[in-house]
Order: sequence, then C-alpha cells, then structure tokens
Amino acid sequence: MSDAATGTTAPAPAPSAALLAVPRSGWHVATVASTRRETPNASRIELEVDGWPGNAAGQHLDVRLTAPDGYTATRSYSIASSGAGTRVTIAVDKLPDGEVSPYLVDEVRAGDMLEVHGPLGAFFVWAPDAADAAAAGEARPVQLIAGGSGVVPLYAMAEAHGAAHDLTSFRLLYSVRSPDDVYFADELRRLAEASAALQLDLVYTRRSPAGWPTPPARITREVLEAAVIPAAERPRVFVCGSTGFVERVADWLVELGHDARSIRTERYGGT
Amino acid sequence: MSFITRGFSGCSRERDERLPPGQTLVQDFPVLSAGPTPEVDTAEWEFTIRTESSVHRWNWDEFTSLAIDDVDTDIHCVTHWSKLGTSWRGVSLDTLFEQVETEQEYVMAHSYGGYTTNVPLDELLDGKAWVAFEFDGEPLEPEHGGPARLLVPHLYFWKSAKWVRGLVMMEQDEPGFWEQNGYHLHGDPWTEERYW
Ligand SMILES: Cc1cc2nc3c(=O)[nH]c(=O)nc-3n(C[C@H](O)[C@H](O)[C@H](O)COP(=O)(O)OP(=O)(O)OC[C@H]3O[C@@H](n4cnc5c(N)ncnc54)[C@H](O)[C@@H]3O)c2cc1C
Repeated sequence: MSDAATGTTAPAPAPSAALLAVPRSGWHVATVASTRRETPNASRIELEVDGWPGNAAGQHLDVRLTAPDGYTATRSYSIASSGAGTRVTIAVDKLPDGEVSPYLVDEVRAGDMLEVHGPLGAFFVWAPDAADAAAAGEARPVQLIAGGSGVVPLYAMAEAHGAAHDLTSFRLLYSVRSPDDVYFADELRRLAEASAALQLDLVYTRRSPAGWPTPPARITREVLEAAVIPAAERPRVFVCGSTGFVERVADWLVELGHDARSIRTERYGGT
Repeated sequence: MSFITRGFSGCSRERDERLPPGQTLVQDFPVLSAGPTPEVDTAEWEFTIRTESSVHRWNWDEFTSLAIDDVDTDIHCVTHWSKLGTSWRGVSLDTLFEQVETEQEYVMAHSYGGYTTNVPLDELLDGKAWVAFEFDGEPLEPEHGGPARLLVPHLYFWKSAKWVRGLVMMEQDEPGFWEQNGYHLHGDPWTEERYW
C-alpha cells in the first residue's frame, strides 16, 4: 500500500483556504453588551470585545471565568457572528449540572466583564470568498447539519452567506427538541425567505408544531438521506452538536457516500 | 490580566496539582476530531517509519508482537479537559526506533483519514511516547483513535495522533494539520501552548 507515511499519495485534508485570512488569536477583555433568552434553556450573549480582530464564520472562542479564590474555569463557545468589528455574539445552552453554562445562561448581565480568547479554529469555517466560484458555476453546494446548540457556528455561516448575497447553494438541517428550542428562529426564517440559495429543514425530536407532517423523533439515517444535498452533488458538509450527534451523523454521511474529506465536524462534548 | 468574574464562584472542586493551568478534570472521555471517525480494519492496518534512507513497516500481527508497555498517565486536551490516571497498553517509540537509523530530528505523524501532526523526535523517545492500541483494558475504540493512536501524554492530546499510520522523519519542524489550523507548534500543557 502506498500511503501518506511513505510520502507518496493520500493527501491530507486540504489546509483551510481561510488559513491566512484568519486573524491571530489572543486574550481580550469582553464587556457584556446585552443578554436575552434564546430558548427556555439558553441565552444569547452579545459581547463588546476590546481589540477583537474580527472572525470568520464558524470559529469559536474560549471564555475564562475567575472565582474570588482564584479558581478559574474555561470553556469553548462558538461564535454566532462573523466579519470585522468588535461585537461578538455567543449562545449558550444550560447543562443542568454544568459549572460554566448555568452561570452564562442565568447569571451574566449587561456590564459584566469576561475574559475571552480567540478567534479560534481555522478549519471549521466558511467564507463567502467562494462568490466568484459560485458565479462561475464552480462552487460546491454547502450542507449544514446542526443538533441543538450546535447551530451556533452554522447560523454564523448562513448569516455570512446571506449578508454576502452569496449564490452558493446552502441547506441547513437542524435537529431540535421542540419549536421553542430553535435558536435564531426569526433570523433563520428571514434568511431563508430572503435567499433562494438557502433552504432550511427542521427536525423535531420531542414535540413538533401543530400540523407538522411527521411525529417527533430523533434523526435517522433515512431522514438524513432525504434532507441533505445528495452525495452525488459533492456538497461540503459541516456538522455540529453534541459528540454523540456528530458521530452518528458523520458515520451515516460516509455510509451514504459522502467523501469523508468533505465533512468537517465540531463536537461540543457529552454523549 | 486576570480579574474576578462577578457572580462566579465555580463548583467547589478539589484543586489537584496534577491538573495543568486552564484544565478541568473530567470522568468521561471527550472527543476532538475535525471530521468523521475513520473505520480502519486491523487486517489492512500498517505502521511505517520513513527516514531519509529507508522505510520500516509493521503489520498488525508484527506490531502487536513487539514488547508491550503498560502506561499509566494523565492526559490533557487543548479543549480544557484532563483525565488523570488513565491506563493504556502499547509499543514504546523507543522499541520502534531501536531498528531505525536517522539524522533527522523532527517527525510528522500521519493518520488514516489524512490528518497530520508534528513532534520533535526527542519528545518521542526516552519513555515519553507510545503507539497505543488498548485503553482501560479494552481495544481502543475508533472514536478515540483505534485501532492505534500515538500517545504523547506530556503534550496536549491532539499531538497523540488518532488512527496513526506512520511517522515521517523531517529535516526541519513543519506544522501538521492541527497546527496549520491554529494549534500551537509544540503544545506543552504546563505552559498553555494551546494556540499560535
Ligand atoms: C469548539 C466548541 C464550541 C462549543 N460551542 C458551544 C456553544 O456555542 N454553545 C454551547 O452551549 N456550548 C458550546 N460548547 C460546549 C461548552 O464548551 C461546554 O462544554 C458546555 O457549556 C458545558 O459546560 P459546563 O461548564 O456547563 O459543564 P461541565 O461542568 O463542563 O460539564 C457537565 C457535564 O456535562 C457533560 N457535557 C459537556 N458538554 C456537553 C454537551 N454539549 N452535551 C451534553 N453533555 C455535555 C460533561 O461531560 C459533564 O459530564 C462548545 C464546545 C466546544 C468544544
């Protein structure tokens, strides 16, 4: 077998095209500009980050909290916003026994200061620089697949796609517990209405809206197959959510014929 | 520049001095991967070390017939979790390099699935690194890098390349996949070499 270890074939996943465009990361002081309930179990937090160099859609940051006794806790959060500027939005789901998420969801308020490190991650990113390629009919379609709070970086991509009037065909498959649990519900609806290039597909796992054609159920391979851009169209795929969700979906995608190298994943933890 | 965060007290967790700065102790085993988990059949698995002059190869049976070490160690992931006292079994890189002659000082680890990560050779020798195929008494699960992963526990865990298939010696240090995408060239958890 000829292999990468012998330096011949098997190319590594292409280094991110955005690599050079992504600003350097560093520690910054963030002031909470506003907070709001995103869902019954989650909050959206808008931060004004001193010296933030801007970020690409899909990147994340680390938040560090320090207790009076010097104890610190650091967690990663995807960024729901993108582009230049010092305003950064995150959205946090509360884990019942969590250390950091209940603080961010219930306790943080406007004017509080947090330490953040970022922007981080140059692989799980999408940039609308493919606009030229789209115009030339060369851009590969993009399939986004989110479980719960995993929609945060994918929303950033959909938003950047809309803002750039990018013609790349985008489809977002979003699995949520119930209609109340949809993050960025209004924004997503508006984006889908405004652009023929974005299609939104929701899957409800616990409770669906009245009159919804299918009963609530976890995503299956069949549902996935029916709701994503077919492998034959060679979509670039971004999958984000709990580790268990991402593992299941990514395995099915490979079984359905998607090229593993076209699938980028962000695993949030849990099972 | 650290300051106290209003209203945050943290769980009153035991401070453990085995925990590097910025790390949280976990009991489960989180997963950091950039894509789908590759399925690698041990019947087709092969491990190679390529130097400036030769290629050394082991298939699964040859590999698992080498001297096997029991390794008890703490592991630290760049995404801020650590596990203490994990137990592994695998082949020491000292054993593998007994048969290898090289003047080159840097290593690129290559994985099934195409991922790469760079490590200086002297950080892999003298009992510092293994190719591990058992975790906690069981064959290593694909999610965690099975059938075999590099185990370099004194560096952040992305350096412990999952699904490892071989090492290529290099004249100079070069960033691998993870390093090109933002992670530190070296990755010492005690000095928080997380990102560049
Ligand atoms: C790159 C990255 C981006 C992330 N982005 C977001 C985001 O945008 N929004 C968001 O809400 N979270 C996000 N997370 C998860 C986040 O970092 C924390 O893990 C989460 O908020 C839990 O922290 P905690 O301190 O409340 O819980 P902890 O005290 O750390 O953990 C409590 C328990 O819950 C388990 N657990 C941890 N994460 C999960 C999970 N996702 N699902 C189920 N169980 C879990 C732990 O293993 C532990 O047993 C992201 C994680 C990563 C790695």
